[in-house]
Amino acid sequence: MTSLIDIIRDNWLLLLIGQFPFGPLGGIAATLILSVCGILLAFPVSILLALARISPRRWLRWPVTGLIYVTRGVPLLLIILWTYFLLPVLIGQTISGFTTMLCTLVLYEGCYLSEVVRAGIQALPRGQTEASRALGHSYYVRMRHVILPQALYNMLPSMLSQFISTIQDTTLGYVINVQELTFAANQINNQILTKPFQVFFILAVTYFAVCFGLSSLAHHVERRIAHRRKGGTRRAVAPAAAVSIPAGIVSASSPEKAP
Amino acid sequence: MHAFDLMTVLQNPEFRGMITHGVLMTLIVAAGSWLLAMGLALVLLTIRLTPSRIAQSGVAIYVAYHRNVPTLVQLMLWYFGISNLLPDALQEFLSDHDGEAIFAVIALGLCQAAFFSEDLRSGLRSIPNGQSEAARALGHSYVGSMRYVILPQAIRNAIPALVNHTVSLFKNSSLAMAIGVTELTHMIREVESRSFLTFEAYTVATVLYLAMSLLLMGTGAVLARHYRIGGRRLS
Repeated sequence: MTSLIDIIRDNWLLLLIGQFPFGPLGGIAATLILSVCGILLAFPVSILLALARISPRRWLRWPVTGLIYVTRGVPLLLIILWTYFLLPVLIGQTISGFTTMLCTLVLYEGCYLSEVVRAGIQALPRGQTEASRALGHSYYVRMRHVILPQALYNMLPSMLSQFISTIQDTTLGYVINVQELTFAANQINNQILTKPFQVFFILAVTYFAVCFGLSSLAHHVERRIAHRRKGGTRRAVAPAAAVSIPAGIVSASSPEKAP
Repeated sequence: MHAFDLMTVLQNPEFRGMITHGVLMTLIVAAGSWLLAMGLALVLLTIRLTPSRIAQSGVAIYVAYHRNVPTLVQLMLWYFGISNLLPDALQEFLSDHDGEAIFAVIALGLCQAAFFSEDLRSGLRSIPNGQSEAARALGHSYVGSMRYVILPQAIRNAIPALVNHTVSLFKNSSLAMAIGVTELTHMIREVESRSFLTFEAYTVATVLYLAMSLLLMGTGAVLARHYRIGGRRLS
């Protein structure tokens, strides 16, 4: 127990920001920056991929579907190695491990998020698209003002849990020597050598605290959204009751209204 | 840039042997940890179904830990940390008998057990209460109602999630590379550093991983279709 406290007291700065003023930013700060930037950049990518995936145009749908299947079928580690090797060849200059990891995360999380967005769009009742079309909206207006706002709102909890996975995925940067939390812990372990259990225990507890906090937040958001959607349906059903049509007929003739 | 030279990687007996060894090791690690995970998940599920509050929250903590700590960190904690706490004789035994692979199986299996047990539990929870009440009203015992009424439906509902997590377990077996298990990703890097044919080596690995993942996903789809309850929509 005392050795745990000793390790934290001696190395808390390394765990927090790495060797920052004298070297690249590392530690938990780098982990968080990497995952926040990764998910923020992956978000627009995922919307574009999702729209392409459900597009009626085959030349758009097939390549994106292929890309998503490849990304889902191959370990993240292999994708990191691909980026690490291919990206400097493509752009013609060396890039840092941090940038490599960021690019990988944008591609990988973008593909996973796009499946979330697609599910969100397809879960909306068809009536939304039809009504928007009947009002004469263009594709852009329909997506921008009708479909996406609803779909993305309903998908908030899934996006939060994707963010948690992103934090966990940044650990793989360790393999290409990205200076983040796992890397810092390994540095400490190599310095001390005699207390590997304590060092990795601290590492596990740190990740647990961050990710558990965020997943509790995700649960909270999920409950609030479920609550709001329930309230929304109740208001929508009220006028039907006012004209005294038996509830059974209403729900049988318009199954899409059922929550 | 040189020309795309896939045949050098595939035809060289040395490289081919390394790749075969890697594929075998990946399959061993994945299958071993799958079996461990499934067995443990059933135990965890049973504990969770008992009325004891303490046992239930114990399982909840187990699941929370394994879902919130990155798999790579769990692997490192087992291989570098917990192995260090074991008695010396056992440590020596393990280092003589592929300790890396054993720890990889343990870490991945324990981690995935948390996901599998949650999948099974949500499968169980998707069965409305009326089903078990009706089974009991027909005179089934608790075990009988579970065996003939609840579980057959619950497992069907859990199949898609179980398949997804099986695929991610398979992909996570690549993380074992970080603790020195000679599985496919490890061997591919070895091939790459000996042949300098990076592009070709990675292509081989990608195709192999993709083929195995798609095979798993396809098997899952076939399973879900085969066990579908007549007239019900596949979800």
